[in-house]
Amino acid sequence: MHFFKLILRNAFRHKLRMALTLLGLVVAILAFGLLSTVVDAWYAGVEGASTARVITRNANSMVFPMPLTYAQKIRQVDGVRSVAASNWFGGIYKEPKNFFPQFAVDVAYLDMFPEFVINDAEKKAFLRDRQGAVVGRKLAERYGFKLGDTIVLKGTIYPGDWEFVVRAIFDGKDAKTDLSQFMFHWEYLNETMKRTAPRRANQVGLYIIELSNPSLAATISREIDAEFKNSQAETLTETEKAFQLGFVSMIEAVVVAIRVVSFLVIFIILAVMVNTMTMTARERASEYATLKALGFGPRFIATLIFGESLLIACIGGTIGIALTFPCAYVLGKVFGTIFRTFNVSATTVAMQVACVLLVGIVSAFFPSLSAARVKIVDGLRSIG
Amino acid sequence: MDSLHATNSAAPPIVSLRNIVKRYQRGAQPVPVLSGISFDIAAGEFLALMGPSGSGKSTLLNLIAGIDQPNSGQLIVAGTDIGILNERDLADWRAANIGFIFQFYNLMPVLSALENVELPLLLTSLSGKERRSRAEYALSIVGLADRVEHFPSELSGGQQQRVAIARALVVDPTLIVADEPTGDLDRESAADVLALLRRLNEEMGKTIIMVTHDSRAASHAHAIMHLDKGELHAKEFNSPDAVKL
Repeated sequence: MHFFKLILRNAFRHKLRMALTLLGLVVAILAFGLLSTVVDAWYAGVEGASTARVITRNANSMVFPMPLTYAQKIRQVDGVRSVAASNWFGGIYKEPKNFFPQFAVDVAYLDMFPEFVINDAEKKAFLRDRQGAVVGRKLAERYGFKLGDTIVLKGTIYPGDWEFVVRAIFDGKDAKTDLSQFMFHWEYLNETMKRTAPRRANQVGLYIIELSNPSLAATISREIDAEFKNSQAETLTETEKAFQLGFVSMIEAVVVAIRVVSFLVIFIILAVMVNTMTMTARERASEYATLKALGFGPRFIATLIFGESLLIACIGGTIGIALTFPCAYVLGKVFGTIFRTFNVSATTVAMQVACVLLVGIVSAFFPSLSAARVKIVDGLRSIG
Repeated sequence: MDSLHATNSAAPPIVSLRNIVKRYQRGAQPVPVLSGISFDIAAGEFLALMGPSGSGKSTLLNLIAGIDQPNSGQLIVAGTDIGILNERDLADWRAANIGFIFQFYNLMPVLSALENVELPLLLTSLSGKERRSRAEYALSIVGLADRVEHFPSELSGGQQQRVAIARALVVDPTLIVADEPTGDLDRESAADVLALLRRLNEEMGKTIIMVTHDSRAASHAHAIMHLDKGELHAKEFNSPDAVKL
């Protein structure tokens, strides 16, 4: 009990120093957690990818479409269960800052995504209404969309004012599901293009393909691309995960920079803690020497210092980790629909815990070594 | 030289030094501190070590207490040749045999008086209850039974030194070593502390070695040994009436 009393009371001996050190730890661990969550949010699409789906796009660039006729040929490839067309719409809701992903999708699309949980009645209502739209719960809550509301999107890729009626609001099967999406009928887009810009009709941005056997993804992808080799629009078929990773790689430099900053923050607090513990050990040199004189060994002294360092790190770390959740919630609200999800993952928390332990252990290492080795007569002479 | 050895030839001396040499290294230059010291201290003796600053008296005390080691010579304390012990064994030996009293008390500021006195007992196999009981008894001996829960910052200098004495006493040591125990105290507190040490020696038979530069403090001891430039000079014996307040 004395041992723990010594650690606990020594840690709180200098209240201002303790408070400032704790504040630094809380901020560092919190910042690390939030930055890691931002990185996770970018990879959320990758994490949420299904192994049962592959995506076919124009091999030159996603900007270029593919003919609608490709769908039938893709359906005939062995192992393909279902094919759905999808076009990025990119419209503006009231003003440009109100960004959310908008897709024109085939009716088969929703069935390929079991992670979208849609009420049967609402789904039927959507299927019946050519101008119907399916919106994610997060998007609906952000802008107050309700069933039956008419939403007007100003087209940018597809010019004009486009009216949709909210027929269904979907929830996610798990936390990784993107609930910020807005989907409407591909046929509505295509029929409008036939009237207003015929040369742009029957053109598909992406084909979403559901596989009967996910383990054959590589083989099926090669077969699909072989089908269109040397055609006007050669294709590139890849797993949904690889497709999502492609987006992340566009901003890889930013992601790397964020990761570096997050570890830099930990390094900085480590330096602060090392300084704190070194100062502390120096101030208490005569106390440690007295303990040694009384018969306590170097290991006892070292354990006192390690114990104090770990205690401070754990208190600051625990507060920092606890605050990560509400702060991430607020930040998620601020980001709105920029990220599909913004949740603190178990991996992030595990890394925070690892950082806390690393800081606690490393910052005590040299001070404890020094204190354990100091001669009793030298320690007794020192002035704290 | 004979006067420096134990007068009671029936019992072996509690401390026996033969040709003790101690040097410190200042860069490349060795600085001699003790030059071939030899003497005995009898059990139950209250000995004061006096000398000018730099005479080696604290160094000598540190060697006897086992918190420093000589460069050469033989040092037998409480029946053990402590010059040949390793660090671990020396620490264990100190815990069992030596009670320390420092000039600046050296109490743990975050522990109460009782907890400070209990500290040396953590190295024993006593239960928590037994430790507490012994510590309370030690504090009662030094007259601080009503201050057990006070922290050092809540005690006067004299009271803190008495807590330190209780801590030195609690393991029932073979030898109590005191390095300038009254050096940081006012006259009245110093007198209380010295009277307490004398009581421990006379009533409990504790062997006490005290380093002091204060002749008034030294007059409480049975005998005074003078050191100068690392060499022992005369040993003088105090009469019982020599205690001055």
